[in-house]
Amino acid sequence: MSERKGFFTDTSVCIGCKACEVACKEWNQVPADPQGLTGNSYDNSGELGANRWRHVAFIEQKVSVGVEEAPPESFAREAARQSLVSDGLDPHEDADGFRWLMSSDVCKHCTEAGCLDACPTGALFRTEFGTVVVQPDICNGCGYCVVSCPFGVIDQREGDGRVWKCTMCYDRLKDDMEPACAQACPTDSIQFGDLDELRERAARRVERLHERGREEARLYGDSEDDGVGGFGAFFLLLDEPETYRLPPDPVVPTRRTPEVWAAALGAAAVLAGGVAASFLRGRR
Amino acid sequence: MNPKGGEASMVPRERPTTYYGRPIVKRPVWKPEIPLYFFFGGLAGASANLATAATFAGRPRLARRAWAGAFVGVTVSPVLLIRDLGRPKRFLYMLRVIKITSPMSLGAWILAANGGATTLAAGLNLLAPRRRAGLPEIGAALVGAPLATYTAALITNSAIPAWSEARLEMPFVFASSAAASAAGAALLTVPGEETEPARALGIAAVVVEEAASRIMLKRLGPLASAYEEDEAGKADKVARALSAAGAVALVAGGKRGSDGSRGARRARGRRAAKHPAAPGGDPARRAITAAGGALLLAGAVCKRWAVFKAGFASAADPDQTIDLQRDRMAAERRPGA
Repeated sequence: MSERKGFFTDTSVCIGCKACEVACKEWNQVPADPQGLTGNSYDNSGELGANRWRHVAFIEQKVSVGVEEAPPESFAREAARQSLVSDGLDPHEDADGFRWLMSSDVCKHCTEAGCLDACPTGALFRTEFGTVVVQPDICNGCGYCVVSCPFGVIDQREGDGRVWKCTMCYDRLKDDMEPACAQACPTDSIQFGDLDELRERAARRVERLHERGREEARLYGDSEDDGVGGFGAFFLLLDEPETYRLPPDPVVPTRRTPEVWAAALGAAAVLAGGVAASFLRGRR
Repeated sequence: MNPKGGEASMVPRERPTTYYGRPIVKRPVWKPEIPLYFFFGGLAGASANLATAATFAGRPRLARRAWAGAFVGVTVSPVLLIRDLGRPKRFLYMLRVIKITSPMSLGAWILAANGGATTLAAGLNLLAPRRRAGLPEIGAALVGAPLATYTAALITNSAIPAWSEARLEMPFVFASSAAASAAGAALLTVPGEETEPARALGIAAVVVEEAASRIMLKRLGPLASAYEEDEAGKADKVARALSAAGAVALVAGGKRGSDGSRGARRARGRRAAKHPAAPGGDPARRAITAAGGALLLAGAVCKRWAVFKAGFASAADPDQTIDLQRDRMAAERRPGA
């Protein structure tokens, strides 16, 4: 067993170039998915799925940057803007306060992986790098992993029937190469390495951002005390997780499995007992 | 939401933002075969129990009918499951491993074991109608009960909020629905004297199912909307109406009331006058009972459909995922909670 590998995605330096999406698709030969305009900022690829193993989210936020109180450049322009606003159109002005949030999402390669625990064929397995990978020659497309992932990452591929997700470029890792997305990332927003080392680096990074007054910076998925025992691919975020389509407190379904089985066995006993009891009445 | 009850969060907070309203968890990829399988698996498991109990109680005709129901259930079930697979030719891969963490894995083994035992028991009972209960019967009954309830574990052991948070109650809904199915199937074929336990089981099952469903929805709190609105809500209303009508029909078709009610006395008197020694009562009551059985079966199918669609509704709503987790976080932070 090698050192556990991971991703640290520092969204504070993501520029939304989507090089990771492209590199992932190219290297892993992930099929194209329907193209079109969503109207959701620059995000036209939607979310992670069978045909998208990296996904860049774009969030446009009106956030005060402290210059709102400055007088408008020209009162004529301000009047024109106000009339547009009254028509329901709200053009952006530099002084409005605006920020982009961009983040490259990926499979979290959970320590306690719901998909892996659910898989009834053994197609999903834990690699020597601590990552979670689907074996396409085993998967029979039962779809149980799809509802077992608290992040909605893994999905069934239409026309293929099997499920697919990020492998953290298992083939590249075996050859001592970093995953395609991390290699393509021009700002090192996606960092690949030994998970322990990445966690230390992330802690230093968030500390630095706090020192610079970016109090909103927080790590997501770096702690082993969370509901999935820590992520193999964790994030530095600048807002609440749900803003990025990430669950605020994900819990692997397996944590509830003892309760689930206890209830199912209890109900089975009641069923058997109830059937037997229905004969008592008829006996008289 | 709160597992202890249906109250909303105690901590006021703003509506959480979502990412363009996109769901957080994926919707199931399962086809309609899956809720149908929940029905047939329930029918098979509960019927195996009914048949074995009937054999022990010395009611061979009821046992034969129930074995027929169990056999139909275990024969149809794998066909439905295989049809749902993305790669149907790989269905046997289900038996590559056995995993306690995966209700689908254990369920595949439960279905396989029950299928073998039920087929054997049903065949032996067909060959020797007066046969005493043996290993195949007891085996089919023992594995049959979990066959009827593990499907509830299958969906509650997931990341879908409205399914997962119903994990304590759902198996009881499925168990009672399965019991109603087994009773309904046994009564659908010609009802006779021997089927009285099935009638009692059917009526009791409908009452228990309604009670279990109500408790489940109450404890789900805001998540219950997944079961109450849109397609799931409509299917649930239809399911409850069918089951209630079925139970009423079974009561009306009963040959005697346990409380010696007027209707029951009248029934006894009429039957005694018309068919002094005929088992099974008069034809009208037979027909009412058979109709009741059919209603119970239809109700059970609709119930599984409602539960199935509720999972889709819950998955599609990011607020269900976020609210559940935010409330849990708030409850954990609250001192003394």
